[in-house]
Amino acid sequence: MGVARDGAMLRNDKVLPRDAQRLRLLADGYVAPVAGRCVQCGICSYNCPLGIDVRAHSWRGLPIEERRCLSCGACVARCPRGALELVERRVAA
Amino acid sequence: MSRHYVLVGSGIAALAAAEAVRAADAAGRITLVSEEPHPFYSRPALAYLLTRELPERQLFIRSPQEVQALGIERLHARAERLLPASHELLLADGRRLGYDRLLLATGAASLAPGFPGAELEGVLRLDALDDARRLLERARRRRTAVVVGGGSTALELVEGLHARGMRVHYLLRGARYWPKVLDAEESQIVADRLTNAGVRLHPRTEVARALGRRGRLEAVETTAGERIECALLAVAVGVRPRLELARAAGLEVARGIVVTPELQASDADVFAAGDVAQLRDPRTGLAPLDTLWTSALAQGRAAGRTLAGLPTACAAALPLNVTRLAGVVTTIAGEVGGGEDADLLTLTRGQSERWRARSGTWTAAAGHGADRVRLVLDERRVVGAVVMGDQHLSQPIVELIRREVDLSPIRAQLAADAEAAIPRLFAFAAAELAPVLNPAPGGRGWPALLPSAAT
Repeated sequence: MGVARDGAMLRNDKVLPRDAQRLRLLADGYVAPVAGRCVQCGICSYNCPLGIDVRAHSWRGLPIEERRCLSCGACVARCPRGALELVERRVAA
Repeated sequence: MSRHYVLVGSGIAALAAAEAVRAADAAGRITLVSEEPHPFYSRPALAYLLTRELPERQLFIRSPQEVQALGIERLHARAERLLPASHELLLADGRRLGYDRLLLATGAASLAPGFPGAELEGVLRLDALDDARRLLERARRRRTAVVVGGGSTALELVEGLHARGMRVHYLLRGARYWPKVLDAEESQIVADRLTNAGVRLHPRTEVARALGRRGRLEAVETTAGERIECALLAVAVGVRPRLELARAAGLEVARGIVVTPELQASDADVFAAGDVAQLRDPRTGLAPLDTLWTSALAQGRAAGRTLAGLPTACAAALPLNVTRLAGVVTTIAGEVGGGEDADLLTLTRGQSERWRARSGTWTAAAGHGADRVRLVLDERRVVGAVVMGDQHLSQPIVELIRREVDLSPIRAQLAADAEAAIPRLFAFAAAELAPVLNPAPGGRGWPALLPSAAT
C-alpha cells in the first residue's frame, strides 16, 4: 500500500472514504477487540512486529492503548475471525 | 475450612471456570482433572496450526507462570466414576478425589466413522492437539489425503492438508457443502474456491470402505466406484458431548447434561459447562445444543462464579461464529439455516442448533464474488445473517440482530424490491443505530463503518 501516493485521498474522502478512513486510523487510531469473535488463537500476538500480546488484551476485552503500538493493523488484517478492529480516536468537539 | 473445587476437563470452559473460581475464592483448593496431556491451548487454533499460520508454541494460552499464579493442581488422569452422594470422583488410576463442588467440562468428541476399515491406522479425526500432530506427521510423509464430513472442521482439514502440500479429495455425501447453514450460492462460493485451489470435490460420494494392508490405510474405495490411493483419511462427521460420567452418576442427561442457567446439573453440587452442557433457554423452553467456543467461554465463566458461591446466570447469547471457509472469512449469526445435511450425523464443532431458521422467514441477499451478505428476516426484524468475505458490515448486522431493531416501517419497501433491500436496510439501520455507532467522545465503538456514517 502506498501511503504517500494515496495521500490525496485524505483531501477527497468522497472518492474512497474507506481508504481515507484507514489512513486516518493509521495516524491516530487504536486496535480494539470485537466482543464475541475471538477464539484466542494468538495469530494477532504472533504477527505483532513489536511483540505486544494482543490476544491477552482481547481476552480481557481491552483495547490496545499501549504507547508502543504502531496501529500498523497487522493483527487486524491477520485475524482470521474479524475479532479486532482499528478504531478512530475521537476528540471532544 | 476452604472449599475443594474439582474441574473435569481442560478446554476453554474449564480454564474460564478455574479463573472465575480463583477470582471469587482466593483460598479455595482447585483440582483440574483431564486426560489432555498438554497445557491449556486454543482448540480452534489447531486449524491455523495445520495451515502453518501458527507454530505450535503459540497455541498455548497461558504461560507456566500464569498457571502457577492461578494455583490449581492439575492431574493428568481419566475420570472414571462420579459419585455425587459421597462427593467423590474416582480416577482410572485408582485415586479418589473428594470434592465440595464439581464441574463437568468434558467437551465433545468426534464421532467414529461407520464405514468398513475405519479402524485402520491413517484414519484420523481432529479433536485435540495430539490429533493435529498425527495429521501433520502423515502430511509430511504422504501425498494424497481424503477428507469426509461437513461443517467447519471438515474444511479446516481440507484447507490444512492442502496447505501442507497434500493432494486433497473432499467427499460430500450430499450435493453441496454445509446445507444446514449455507444457502446454495454460499456453498458454491466455497466449492469454487476449493476447486480453483486444486482440491478435488466429489459430491454425492461416500466412502464405501477404507482399504489397508497390515492395519495401515492404503486407499479409499468410494460409492462411485473410484479407488483413491491415500495414506490419510480425515473424518469430521460431527461431535457428541462426552456424557458417560454424568449418565453413570445418574444426573439428568438429554443430549447433553441438562443444566439451569446457573449451570447447575440435577445434583446440587455438580455443574456442567461447555460442549457437554445442555442449557435450558428460558425464552424458548428448549435446550438447544451448541458447540460454539464463545458459548463455552461464557458458560465456564458463569459456572466458575456459581461454584464459588456467587450464582451467575449464563444468558443464551446470540449464536454467533466467525469462521473461515475456503479462505473466506464468514460470520454466521442468529437463525440462518434449516436444510438437511447428509455429511453431519450431529453438530460439527462451532455450530449451534439455534441457527435453524423458523418457518415464515424470508431472505435478502446481495453480493459480488466471494463477498456476500445474506439476511434472514421475519415480520419485524433481522433474525439471522451470513456475511462472507468483506466483514465491514458484519458488526452492524450483528447489532441489528442482537438489539432486535424494528424494521416494520420499511418492511413493505424491503419486500417490494429485493435488489435494493440490503442498501435500504442499512440506510435505515444507520439511523437507528446512530447512538451505538457514534458513542461518546473517547468511547469505544465502530464509528464510520456503516457506509452512510462515513464522512
